[in-house]
Amino acid sequence: MAGRGRGRGKNVSFNVEALGFGRGEALPGPISQPPPLFPTADFKPVPFQQSEEYDYMLALKQEFLGNMRKSPFFLQASHKRKDIERYSDKYQAAAEVNGKWKPDWRRLPAELKPRVRKKTKSSIKPSVKVKSKVKLSVEDVSKTLEELEKKEVDQGDEEEEEEEEGGKKKEEGEVEEEEDEIYDEEDIEEETDYILSYFDNGEEYGNDDDDADEGPVY
Amino acid sequence: MTRRQHDVCRFLLFQQFGEQVSVVGKYLLQKSPSPLHLISSETHLDTEQVKKILCILIQQNIVTFGQHKRGFIEYSIRTGEILNRLWFPKYIYCAKTLYGDAAELLLEDVLQRGQVQMSKVIEVVMQRFNEALETSGKQKISESFVVDKFSNLVRTHFLQRCLDPIKSESNKVVGLEVTGEEETLYRLPDLSRKRKKSHDDGPPAKRSKSERPADDEGDGIFWRVNNERFHQMFRDQAIVQAISSKIDRSAGEVLRAMLRVSEVKTAGMATVTTPISVTEIFNALPKDLMARPLLETYLSLICDDSTNFLSKVGDSGGGMYSINIYEALAQLVKAHIESVVQERFGSKCLRIFRVLLLKKHLEQKQIEDFVMISAKEAKDLLYTLFSENFITTTEISKTPDHAPSRTFYLFTVNIQHVASMVLNRCYKALYNAMVKKETEVNEHRRLLDKQERMEAIAASVEDASQRDEILNTITPSEQEQIIKVRRTIQMLDHSELQICEGIFILEMYLMYFKQRQKDKS
Repeated sequence: MAGRGRGRGKNVSFNVEALGFGRGEALPGPISQPPPLFPTADFKPVPFQQSEEYDYMLALKQEFLGNMRKSPFFLQASHKRKDIERYSDKYQAAAEVNGKWKPDWRRLPAELKPRVRKKTKSSIKPSVKVKSKVKLSVEDVSKTLEELEKKEVDQGDEEEEEEEEGGKKKEEGEVEEEEDEIYDEEDIEEETDYILSYFDNGEEYGNDDDDADEGPVY
Repeated sequence: MTRRQHDVCRFLLFQQFGEQVSVVGKYLLQKSPSPLHLISSETHLDTEQVKKILCILIQQNIVTFGQHKRGFIEYSIRTGEILNRLWFPKYIYCAKTLYGDAAELLLEDVLQRGQVQMSKVIEVVMQRFNEALETSGKQKISESFVVDKFSNLVRTHFLQRCLDPIKSESNKVVGLEVTGEEETLYRLPDLSRKRKKSHDDGPPAKRSKSERPADDEGDGIFWRVNNERFHQMFRDQAIVQAISSKIDRSAGEVLRAMLRVSEVKTAGMATVTTPISVTEIFNALPKDLMARPLLETYLSLICDDSTNFLSKVGDSGGGMYSINIYEALAQLVKAHIESVVQERFGSKCLRIFRVLLLKKHLEQKQIEDFVMISAKEAKDLLYTLFSENFITTTEISKTPDHAPSRTFYLFTVNIQHVASMVLNRCYKALYNAMVKKETEVNEHRRLLDKQERMEAIAASVEDASQRDEILNTITPSEQEQIIKVRRTIQMLDHSELQICEGIFILEMYLMYFKQRQKDKS
């Protein structure tokens, strides 16, 4: 547009010589493709600095990474393929237990604690227990029997059904209680697995060389 | 935070903590303060797993948390902490050179666990160190030796306390305290207390008032590595090394003494140290290194040097000198970039680059004259540098319409801009090296595993002929390949380490540059 007035035939509006192109010199063609992914280097890279310091740091680096991978902070992918049961499996599992790490909950927000199922279960309990306690009072047994006799005379069959229902409820309550106990045990087991039985006397620390199947240390 | 840095962060997490952690890390890198439920729903990971990951990251000082004003807890990631992991080998090496092997083990353990309690780490180090000593047949060390090393590291601020958690009214941890005084971070616990506890219960520690810690929980004071202190140390080392290779070793010693004296007096990020008198420097120097007149000569020599490391700011006390840390870093970065230009584009380009550094603003014609290269070649090289963003132009128009024919185009070098570009390339190179190494290992995992297993079996077998038989299961061609792979990995690791050196100087310079901008405004 702007070049319409002056330089006929040229496609730039300004004097190309200002850019340093000589008179009559061809302008470079347009570039219509991205630069190559692996451009050829005009200059070879310089060799590494060799010194004992670097060699030692290299060893430190590799050792640190190796230790990091064996530490409890390294999370293995949970969906490990279990194609066949191997003889070595149980030893690997043992190795993982060795490196358990127990977070200090005094320093972490409470919401990060692994959830314990116990709390949610206990909320159902009370309603059942109250009923069963009333039934179980021993001294009143004779009285209630008497009362029931009276009522039986008065109201007949209807009352009997209610009585049966009550019995059933009591049984259910007991079953539920038993279930709760089982859960509790599980929970405790889990807890101990994670916290109480944790004791690291540091013996395992450092001599991880035995578990060669952890992956290469490079 | 650039994309390259993100890549490196992500990869470091993947390398050191596994894939799932890197997924959470990636999410947090993008949307830093986020609550727990958002993290788990966005990353499609199990909530329990995310909790575990966050615990690990907090333990490793990578994630911090705080309370949002609506009451829930937010987690944010600290990219600097992840990138600092690049220098861990250097930290450990530094501790070794300063305080010996016990300190090396100490630091290694602290770095690996992120936050540790003093009693535990000392126990572990004792055990490891004594084992190592036993195999080499040396005398065992006592606990007090390791304790001594630990307190040394704390006293010199290489280790510091972790921030104490803030508790809400319902005794829940909601965030981390912000310490006002720096001194409290480096206060060692009373070591004699432990002994007291054994016979009478003693006064309970400050923190255990609310909940008495069980014995294996320790004293509740956690320690971590103070990264800034190490960086300061490396910075000083770089400056001293530069001056010793430019002038001589004694000049380096003078500068080292000055840095040591100013360490105590100068604020953390000051671009210029507080002035130090000659007397002070003389007293800080190792005895019988040099006489006082010689010291004064050295000081004036360093002052007159083109590097501008040192400047005389007063005459009191035999002359006051201060080190210009920003200037020193700028010089180091310039030298770095110059060598990058030389190695990438050749020495002729370096000549152009240097001319521009010296003369600041130049027109194309002037450059061609100054560098004394034929005009055509100079033009070509200049535009190569320009297209690679090592130099920039400033337009100065004679008329307000900015018509090209009436405009001066001045070429110039913006060091800060070039530094950040080179830094970005360093991160890219680092990431590429790390990824390449990972693929190399994965590709040959079977082979490397096999070799390792064979070696383990061979080590346990006593009969020599049997051992040979086992070792022969690796064929010569496999052996060859293993050697080749190991060499490649070694090379890549080496390159990572040396790229990190470059990154350190560039990062330091950019940090001080920002600080200086802040000071000015």
